[in-house]
Amino acid sequence: MTRLIPHPVLSLSMVMLWLMLTRFSLGYLILGTALSLVAGRAYSALHPAKPRVRRWRVIPRLAATLFRDIVQSNINVARLLLTEGRGTRRSAFVQIPLKITDENALALLAIILTATPGTAWLEYVVETGTLTLHVFDAAQADHYRDVIGKIYEPMLMEIFE
Amino acid sequence: MSATILTIALGYAQVALALAGCLVGTRILRGPRAQDRVLALDALYVSIMLLFLVTGMQLGTAFFFEAATVVAIMGFVTSVALAKFLFRGEVIE
Amino acid sequence: MNPLQAVPLAVAIPVAILVVLGSTLTLIGALGFARLSSFYDRLHAPTLATSWGTGGIIIASALMFSAIEGRAVIHEFVIGLCIIVTTPVTLMMLARASLHRDRAEGSADLPEAMRIRPDPPALD
Repeated sequence: MTRLIPHPVLSLSMVMLWLMLTRFSLGYLILGTALSLVAGRAYSALHPAKPRVRRWRVIPRLAATLFRDIVQSNINVARLLLTEGRGTRRSAFVQIPLKITDENALALLAIILTATPGTAWLEYVVETGTLTLHVFDAAQADHYRDVIGKIYEPMLMEIFE
Repeated sequence: MSATILTIALGYAQVALALAGCLVGTRILRGPRAQDRVLALDALYVSIMLLFLVTGMQLGTAFFFEAATVVAIMGFVTSVALAKFLFRGEVIE
Repeated sequence: MNPLQAVPLAVAIPVAILVVLGSTLTLIGALGFARLSSFYDRLHAPTLATSWGTGGIIIASALMFSAIEGRAVIHEFVIGLCIIVTTPVTLMMLARASLHRDRAEGSADLPEAMRIRPDPPALD
């Protein structure tokens, strides 16, 4: 089983992608499955670090939180951009010590922070575990520190560690 | 009725996205530095991709969807290659 | 015949709202490009277009084509997935490249404490 389908999640999502791009039919299902199995074998030749998801149940909660955050920060950043020049907005570089060390959790955190308007991931130093963020509105720096430390990090830890 | 609403909304969206492309384009011309231009180019790709999607909706064909997909993927590859170039000064090492 | 006439009113209204929302957010993000003065500030401008700008328009497109063709058309979400996965990669690489270049030049865009990298650069 593991030799035939080395990356079940990857292969399954590729089949889904294939069926989304084409109309659903038995022929496309077979072709897509065959292609995704070959792609899974090819991918395992790269020897990637295999993500180990411990608790799938947390993922919907993470997605819901992320969705709400994205909507909220879209409104914030749009308002700040429209009043640019009149307000007293200043941006800031913020350094945050991270507790998570798992590569996949860090990658997911990077996607979350970059996808949310208002924060940009600049660099992460492995030796000290500090993350440097650029925050669009310096007044919200502490808010982001809280959100990362108290909401996202525990959730990611629950998922991956 | 619904055709009128959609024509107005899609027309507005086309104008807004074209204007967005122009604004981002001024940043490509003004710079001042290479990374500003690359960032603006990436944003230009996104605006053009959205413009294609909206045009496809207005004409009622799924033909523009393929073009939009290609633009989205090309934009990613271009920006990553350029960012890599800015980082090291060489694309292929 | 105009294909837009085949769309029922109950679908047309949310589609119109989503399209206007998406394109307006993209326009605001582009306005940020013209107005903001530093590179690190401008790094935040395209995220408006790639989060709800793209989101609104692809949801509208999927809704409209589903209504016209009478079946679920969801291939637009492939673009959404592609944008969600690729934008962070692009922005992070650009941010790191810019940080690297600013440090090499000792640019005034960076605060004093950020001018030196905390540890020797890893050779990858």
